[in-house]
Amino acid sequence: MLKIKNLHVSVEGNEILRGLNLEINKGEVHAIMGPNGSGKSTLANVLAGKEDYEVTAGEIIYKGEDLLEMSIEDRSREGIFMAFQYPVEIPGVSMINFLKTALNANREYHEQKKMSAREILKLVREKAKLVEVDDEFLRRAVNEGFSGGEKKRNEILQMAVLGFQLAVLDETDSGLDIDALRIVSEGINQLRGEDNAFVVVTHYQRLLDHIVPDFVHVLYNGAIVKSGDKNLALELEKEGYAWIKEEAAAAS
Amino acid sequence: MSKQQIEELATREYKYGFHSDIDTEIAPKGLSEDIVRLISEKKQEPEWMLEWRLKAFRHWQTMTEPTWPNVKYPPIDYQEAYYYAAPKQQKALESLDELDPKIKETFDKLGIPLLEQKRLAGVAVDAVIDSVSVTTTFKEQLAEKGIIFCSFSEALQEHPDLIKKYIGSVVPHTDNYFAALNSAVFSDGSFCYIPKGVRCPMDLSTYFRINTPNTGQFERTLIIAEEGSYVSYLEGCTAPRFADNQLHAAVVEIIAHESAEVKYSTVQNWYPGDENGVGGIYNFVTKRGICHRSAKISWTQVETGSAITWKYPSVILKGDNSVGEFYSVAVTNNYQQADTGTKMIHLGKNTKSTIVSKGISAGKSHNSYRGLVKVAKSADKARNFSQCDSLLIGDRCGAHTFPYLEIHNKGAKIEHEATTSKVGEDQLFYCAQRGIEMEDAIALIVNGYCKEVLEELPVEFALEAQQLLKISLEGSVG
Repeated sequence: MLKIKNLHVSVEGNEILRGLNLEINKGEVHAIMGPNGSGKSTLANVLAGKEDYEVTAGEIIYKGEDLLEMSIEDRSREGIFMAFQYPVEIPGVSMINFLKTALNANREYHEQKKMSAREILKLVREKAKLVEVDDEFLRRAVNEGFSGGEKKRNEILQMAVLGFQLAVLDETDSGLDIDALRIVSEGINQLRGEDNAFVVVTHYQRLLDHIVPDFVHVLYNGAIVKSGDKNLALELEKEGYAWIKEEAAAAS
Repeated sequence: MSKQQIEELATREYKYGFHSDIDTEIAPKGLSEDIVRLISEKKQEPEWMLEWRLKAFRHWQTMTEPTWPNVKYPPIDYQEAYYYAAPKQQKALESLDELDPKIKETFDKLGIPLLEQKRLAGVAVDAVIDSVSVTTTFKEQLAEKGIIFCSFSEALQEHPDLIKKYIGSVVPHTDNYFAALNSAVFSDGSFCYIPKGVRCPMDLSTYFRINTPNTGQFERTLIIAEEGSYVSYLEGCTAPRFADNQLHAAVVEIIAHESAEVKYSTVQNWYPGDENGVGGIYNFVTKRGICHRSAKISWTQVETGSAITWKYPSVILKGDNSVGEFYSVAVTNNYQQADTGTKMIHLGKNTKSTIVSKGISAGKSHNSYRGLVKVAKSADKARNFSQCDSLLIGDRCGAHTFPYLEIHNKGAKIEHEATTSKVGEDQLFYCAQRGIEMEDAIALIVNGYCKEVLEELPVEFALEAQQLLKISLEGSVG
């Protein structure tokens, strides 16, 4: 589904990713871990297409197409969903209106008939159960005055309503208490399927107790320096990143 | 989105910029007592009306154009404009079928339901093309309830006593430069009278259209709501695109008697000029209402058009317990300039006013809120709440706020809130990541920002306003 080859990315002249390789297939969950400043969020943003991230070398092939040629909107409509670390507020725009606008933009792109307000409300209510939010939540303005937990639940709700093939979760566990973490993780787990894949960017092992990854990659100095299964995350939790840094230093 | 795409979007055309080829009668260019007499004669006005106009004209000649607004424009040569242009067809049509098909076509293009068959639209319309009211719909139905809704000229013939009693009673001809000009040369407008205790069963609507080049439009609207009555009044405006600037100086007067309520909603979409700031309407408008005991006047405006907007719909809260409201969205893009706001004059006891102003600036435009809250000594327990928000799109535009407070009663309670925000890159990125195109995202964000004001508009008008906001801001992000 996704092939990243020798990816180099600079932000304002500073090279953040330095030859990153990653391949993701349908049905897989990949966790990306690594110390602060290793390039985890940069990877997420480049996949979503955020401006100011300059790809200086390498390529990203998504569903056989050159992802870097696609607009942000088209990436979304082709199934890339990013759950933001810091979702923004859009005052005065109700959740239901926002979802309706996004959903119909996607449907138009796929040459499907627009959904009526009533159909959308039905769909959204159904999906809202996944993350345990009510009608009152749908009437509120997008992320305005939301708690940390509500913001993240909102991201997962949108993911469920809009649909996705490749979900990029950027530090979805940050700012969550234990209960919110459970709700969000359960929501995500229910959305896992044979036809989709996840990139889970996280600092901490604790999210991976709930969302069990097929692969764990350690990002350091802009490249993946170690890959393994879920046990690698446990090892990192116990040992920290020092040994990874030493290994990387020895290798270069 | 690339710069080029943005520019392409920005150069999209003004949708209402067509010019209709209607046979028009035009008075000679320039302004003089003779022109004033000619207009009055054309309209077969009573002598007192002519005298009133001449008094206004003579006063206007002693006045100078105001320079305090935060707008810049080259001097207007008042002798270069035409002050009277009318579709040649004479009024007094027996039925709408007699209407010049070209005029009908014009209003069809504008999407205005002129024909009574379009009953479902449920709105009575008075359409004013250039300076003359061409048709009023639903007249009979309204007459059954004693409601008078017709052109100003017709009212002057049919109901001269009402006009004589109320004209200039809220906006005297000495009020300001543009009101004086209007008082001298106004050629038509709408008149509305709601009898005691009557709730007007439908929204009343006036649609103004400037069609002829170099013509000033000076319409006058007079709304009288008798004791305990209610009316919701809508006003829309468009104009063709001409390279020359055109002057629009209107006056609206509202009289709300005891316990009456008048809601006045405007969607102003005069031609704003092109992306280089060439052409466009100079919109200098005086709107004011007076509230008697326990009456309420509510102004709601969505201002997206005009090269220059100079407009302060105001309420004089004369009666005890009266209420004034002002809800405004003013959008400026490209080189547009707006200096708009309100005046709330508290005279009666327990009077209450609310001001919610949402300014949106994009492109290289400048948008100013200017508002006065005045509490007289007599106005015990007056209350005002003002909220003035500015939203900036891009980094080449300006937003300015000029609040004035004159409080002469210690018991007054005044609250003022002001915010300035920007449509953020992160908001646009968030929307784009959900598959929403940039221009739709801006429309969504702006509509959210204006929600409190749009909610005050009648539903159909609100939908139109939302569309307009979107069109006005297309390609506004750099």
